[in-house]
Amino acid sequence: MLVADHVTKRFAGVTALDAVCLSFEAGQVTAVIGENGAGKSTLMKILSGVYAEYEGQIRYKGQPVRFASIRDAQACGISIIHQELNLIPYLTITENIFLGRELTTRWGTLDQKAMRQRTRQLLDELKLPLDPDTIVADLKVGQQQVVEIAKALLEESEVIIMDEPTSAITESEVAVLFRIINELRQQGKAIVYISHKLDELFVIADRYVVLRDGRSIESGAMQAINHDSLIHKMVGREVQLIRRSSSLSAAPNGRQPLFSADSICLTHPFRSEELQLKSLSFTVRHGEVVGIFGLMGAGRTELLETLFGLHPQRTQGTIWLGGQQVPIRNPATAIQAGMALVPEDRKRDGLVLGMDVQENISLTALEHIERGGLLNNAKETTLARKYMADLRIKTPSEKQLTRNLSGGNQQKVVLSKWLATNPRLLMLDEPTRGIDINAKNEIYKLIELLAADGVGVIVVSSEIPELLTIADRILVMSEGRLTAELPIADATEDAILKAALST
Amino acid sequence: MPLTLQPYRPALVKFQSLIALFVLCLGISLLSDKFLTGANFWNVMRQISVNVCISTGMTLVVLTAGIDLSVGSVLALSGAITAGLLRNGIQLPDANLYIGFTVLGAMLAGITTGSALGWFNGWAITRFRLPPFVATLAMLTIARGLTMLWTEGFPITGLGESFTYLGTGWFLGIPVPVWLSVIIVAVAVLVTNKTRLGRYIYAIGGSESAARLSGVNVERIKIIVYTIAGALAAVGGLLVTSRLDSAQPNAGTSYELDSIAAVVIGGTSLSGGRGSILGTVQGAVIIGVLNNGLVLLNVSPFWQQVVKGFVILLAVIIDKSNSKSE
Repeated sequence: MLVADHVTKRFAGVTALDAVCLSFEAGQVTAVIGENGAGKSTLMKILSGVYAEYEGQIRYKGQPVRFASIRDAQACGISIIHQELNLIPYLTITENIFLGRELTTRWGTLDQKAMRQRTRQLLDELKLPLDPDTIVADLKVGQQQVVEIAKALLEESEVIIMDEPTSAITESEVAVLFRIINELRQQGKAIVYISHKLDELFVIADRYVVLRDGRSIESGAMQAINHDSLIHKMVGREVQLIRRSSSLSAAPNGRQPLFSADSICLTHPFRSEELQLKSLSFTVRHGEVVGIFGLMGAGRTELLETLFGLHPQRTQGTIWLGGQQVPIRNPATAIQAGMALVPEDRKRDGLVLGMDVQENISLTALEHIERGGLLNNAKETTLARKYMADLRIKTPSEKQLTRNLSGGNQQKVVLSKWLATNPRLLMLDEPTRGIDINAKNEIYKLIELLAADGVGVIVVSSEIPELLTIADRILVMSEGRLTAELPIADATEDAILKAALST
Repeated sequence: MPLTLQPYRPALVKFQSLIALFVLCLGISLLSDKFLTGANFWNVMRQISVNVCISTGMTLVVLTAGIDLSVGSVLALSGAITAGLLRNGIQLPDANLYIGFTVLGAMLAGITTGSALGWFNGWAITRFRLPPFVATLAMLTIARGLTMLWTEGFPITGLGESFTYLGTGWFLGIPVPVWLSVIIVAVAVLVTNKTRLGRYIYAIGGSESAARLSGVNVERIKIIVYTIAGALAAVGGLLVTSRLDSAQPNAGTSYELDSIAAVVIGGTSLSGGRGSILGTVQGAVIIGVLNNGLVLLNVSPFWQQVVKGFVILLAVIIDKSNSKSE
């Protein structure tokens, strides 16, 4: 029904999709699987009209099509239900379903009655016994999802793309969703189902398509394949890894424990009975680089934020650094104890973009550049220049706004500001995301140097090869739990991914 | 035309407020012979100094991406407290108690009042995560109501010469309020450019989350900033009360608007992180001169408001197009 024929998409030199060929059939549920960054979301954005620029051809019911917008794709009968639902919280179910396509009476006013009736009909079809006038914010996430499906049905969509539909709903809601998907399948709709949860794919999907590094690797019937070979196909590559020499034994106090986290729990910000982190314990030794892997939503970022004291009210558990307990209170306390966090979103959390290089680097260490209660400009410039030289930050001067630097240089500024605090434990969240290969290698080298100096390093990354390159030990998280701890010698891509997919 | 101006553009942008001010003065002095006289000059300066005090505090608040709508009411209450204590002291007939206040004591009480109200603003904003707009809007009403209660709706007058010296006196040939505002501005410039507090204020306005992650105690800094804004509004209250020799219950009404206008015309971004104290001073002078000029030119008060409104619009539009072309 929907065919992608040699679809290629490039972003500023990076090839996100490379001549992808695949097809989705009516009356079937097709699972699209692949690691983070394999190209799933890019492909879905092309199919649903978000990206209109690409090479290759999309055929829909045998006709070549090119969608200019989401609306365009919807009008043809292709709807996408995103992981983050696209509903307006304080409107009713009816108002949401008809948003932008309201029915009107002959007088030009809204035809509330007809819309309500149609909504009730749709909800009945989906067996969701709800009042069409219910405010969406009052619904459970699973119910909101059904409202999104109702919206797609109103459009008489024939292809429905679901992006991680079970990531935020409870088991009983999953059962409801699967029943609805089964019904849609019987009605002859083509369902595209994206999920990391392999187990549920064996329950719900008819066919699978594996994407890897922007290419379509293989497709086939779900019945003809098992769990392990599916994982192997996702990982696929036999990568030659340049292993760094471990600095563990060379570092001062090497192998001695430096940091330990004990039973760290984090409750959900809105649903207090739910845990985002479920009793995690682990240690980091002097000079050790610990890699943490997990798929989207596994809680990696939350873990680092929690250790750094960003969610003190919702946190339980204790942390110890260098034999001293560090209260989980706020970042200032963590920094005082010798912790540092390079955050995932450097533009929002890492830098003050409107400040220059020098001001960003000194922000964590202003007390060191004071003289008589006033900031000393000369001292500040010296500090900034030291790190600009050490980390080879490419900037015309220390007075350049960080807004104007490239991603790699911005990240180096963030690293500089943390090195200025002389950390004992450095936590890095996706330190090389969106950074060119040279800057990447420089950052790897820096991590190595710090480890050799005895600093403990935690690196969160969604790129397994990256972790295999720099880590001494890899922890794997899934749904807020630690599911594996692999010494680097035992760590393979298969093993890591398997642990990340287990529940 | 734009082609020929191009090489001078950076200088034009840098000194745009001063250029605007110069053009404004030139225009008014051509139209009115009263404008460029010594008496009028010092009169304008005296008037401006109140707004300069308030707007210095407002600038700090706006730099953190906040706003303080309560400054006018805080000014009124602080002035009234000082005037009331000076005039009547604290009398508790039941306990047969009377506490008299020296001028300095009464002024300190007024400033303490303003600081306390400012602290409350900051506390409410950080403790309950209220939008500053809402919290300070509430304080605008609360402080005005307290002023009415304290004064029972009547002006408190007859405060004595040693107090009115603050608003009307001269020192070394320059009015005392001008001295005061110069000192306040000098300290504020030092704080914003040369201290941790100042740096943290800019950082919070630029990116609150980055500041917090860098170990900045965002809540504490915000409370300090709102407290300073309250204290400086109180200083403005002392100046107004002293100049009139009277604390009016409705003093300072809508002063927050002139103050925000000065901050904005001075080039401080309402979304925080960008701007300066000296810019605000220029903004305050422009508004003061504009007010004065429109009066001298016999423009009706109604038209004055219209003109002022358009000047604010124009200033922000120019500022926006400049920051875009950066």
